[in-house]
Amino acid sequence: MKFVDEFRDPAAAKQLLAAIADLTAADPERAYRFMEICGGHTHTIYRHGLEHLLPPQVEFVHGPGCPVCVIPMGRVDDAVWLARRPGVVFTTFGDMMRVPGSAGSLLQAQAEGADVRFVYSPLDALKIARDQPEREVVFFAVGFETTAPSTAVTLARAAALGLTNFSVFCNHVLIEPPLRAILDSPQRRLDGFIGPGHVATVTGSDHFHFIPDEYGLPIVVTGFEPLDILQAVDMLLTQYRQGRCQVENQYARVVRPQGNPAALQLLAEVFTVRDSFEWRGLGWIPASGYRLSEAYADFDAERRFPLPGRRVADPPACECGAVLRGQLKPWQCQVFGSACTPEKPIGTCMVSPEGACAAYYNFGRMHRAAARAVALGGAARSGPVGTATRPA
Amino acid sequence: MVDRARPSESETLERIAAARARGPRLSDDTITLAHGAGGKASAALVESVFLAAFGRPDPAELADAARLTVDGGRLAFTTDSYVVQPIRFPGASIGQLAVNGTVNDLAVCGAQPRWLSAAFVIEEGLAVAELRRQAEDMAAAADRAGVAIVTGDTKVVPRGAADRLFITTAGIGWIPPGRQLGAAQVRAGDQVVLSGSIADHGLAVMMARGNLALAADIASDSAPLNQAVEALLAAVPQTRWMRDATRGGLGTVANELAQASGLSVILDEAAIPVKAAVRGACDLLGLDPLYVANEGCFMAVVPAAAAETARDALRQVGLTAAAVVGQMVADPPGVVAVRNAFGGTRLVDMMVGDPLPRIC
Repeated sequence: MKFVDEFRDPAAAKQLLAAIADLTAADPERAYRFMEICGGHTHTIYRHGLEHLLPPQVEFVHGPGCPVCVIPMGRVDDAVWLARRPGVVFTTFGDMMRVPGSAGSLLQAQAEGADVRFVYSPLDALKIARDQPEREVVFFAVGFETTAPSTAVTLARAAALGLTNFSVFCNHVLIEPPLRAILDSPQRRLDGFIGPGHVATVTGSDHFHFIPDEYGLPIVVTGFEPLDILQAVDMLLTQYRQGRCQVENQYARVVRPQGNPAALQLLAEVFTVRDSFEWRGLGWIPASGYRLSEAYADFDAERRFPLPGRRVADPPACECGAVLRGQLKPWQCQVFGSACTPEKPIGTCMVSPEGACAAYYNFGRMHRAAARAVALGGAARSGPVGTATRPA
Repeated sequence: MVDRARPSESETLERIAAARARGPRLSDDTITLAHGAGGKASAALVESVFLAAFGRPDPAELADAARLTVDGGRLAFTTDSYVVQPIRFPGASIGQLAVNGTVNDLAVCGAQPRWLSAAFVIEEGLAVAELRRQAEDMAAAADRAGVAIVTGDTKVVPRGAADRLFITTAGIGWIPPGRQLGAAQVRAGDQVVLSGSIADHGLAVMMARGNLALAADIASDSAPLNQAVEALLAAVPQTRWMRDATRGGLGTVANELAQASGLSVILDEAAIPVKAAVRGACDLLGLDPLYVANEGCFMAVVPAAAAETARDALRQVGLTAAAVVGQMVADPPGVVAVRNAFGGTRLVDMMVGDPLPRIC
């Protein structure tokens, strides 16, 4: 994994941290709140303890880009209903299994006899459908533009094979509408964005020009290794230092300005944009989700099965919405860590490893002072990481 | 709603610490696979069902084996069931695992394993040739570990009532006089030694299931550890504590130590040996190697001055990846944290849920 190691190099990290410290030192009163849009970024930030390495003026605000977190409870109930249907093999990414619906999760449905199987790819679900033609195989599709192409490829293949026992429960969503909802909110206090690297692989970095052009904030499309995120912070601060406000592409090793035209073409064939889609915590947002196009109607679980389709309000205690909008830190939620824990989650943000609450609970739940003591402990002893220090 | 008075980060952290100090509580109505995964749900189940019914043997010592005194001599006694699927995978089989696992549970208590029992639950339809091969694997593993399989039992159940073959082994070992291993012996400043690279077993089993669009040359690390433990105890008799990092992986085992000792385990991420192929596969699958099961790897705590002696003793018996991977500290109390190569830190909690069911 040489390709990964390069992006976890301690010497390069120290250089970037020194540059960031330098950019913030000029005006200690000026604070910066940067929203990382992707749950993958949130995970990296806590997994590698980046928050505690940065100067206190730089604050990460966690964004809406966790695919599991944004699924409303009613859709989970529909999934559980499908999974409990006789003859159905319900396939899902592992993260979704523990998300609570109003009457239990897919994991509980599985324990009570439903045939729920976790897969790493929709193509695995397709394989089950081919191997077991007597069963109805349904794939629970979630995710932004990042994962929608793999669902589209799977559907195209299912159509080519003429499969009649395969369908998709489509919950794919688009990144731009929730960002606009957050940017339009009167409560927003943001200074820039760490842009979604994987989404941009498909949509292209040019897709995000609306953020500087219409809202006057900088965005850096960013990769998912710790050094990527540190470099993005450095690039955002440099834009401020130089008086620029632009879309920049830190993740140029993967992301092209125009994205992936073949993937975009396939998305346009397989999906159509819904009039409106419900987001957990953000409510109904117009033109924010995909459904299967008319050409693929036969594979649409929503048309194939009489889904209950009940809309269910979030539990009153749950504040995932405010967390997803970047208005609350996980630890500011009333039930965080007491009624809502990774083993007994109330809200989606506590379930997915990309959810801000789960990431903070699992990795970050440490006082800044204690974290620093642990980090500096390495400097006091000789050892493989004996030089670990924080730049002054 | 966002404007109302909010707790500070410190207040929330203290509230969580207080809640966690009360111990795991079982609030589920149904058993799920998570209850068997060796993480938090397992701990809650054992605590509120089994310990509630059978009584708690010794509060400080919920180890892998019970330590019993008979006529002044000390014995260790343990049992374990094996339900791994598939029953044969790169590096090992369910039979080999059933012997090595029980040998290791005895060894890390400081016992010299002597006698094993083996009970078989067989699903009708299993090929006799497969069962014979499993028995041969068990005999070879017992031979290598120097233990005798002295009693057993066989049950056959209808198709669907088991999945091919389940094996339960129990073992008895003898604890030489003078050995005092336990969390109570661990002191701040002690160092943590790991006997080998982690996460091989869990990934090998997962790959063998063949439902990943991923192939890599990864074999289970299943092996008897009793000779390595003896070598370590001979080189460093003042070794404080040992545990094999099976279900729930190194992260969960380190948490058990932190809870039992009240001290914190600080691990140096760059020092923890993980094979390149294993690390790559974990990254792709979104797994943390710290939580992936091992079957031939143990964690030991030794006085700081003896850390390198301990590591070298393990390397001399063929565990060439053995490494000093961390240390025990008093402040902060009772947690596990990882320090990475550029000074970042993160907490390592007990595993939640079950990323890889039926791994052993």
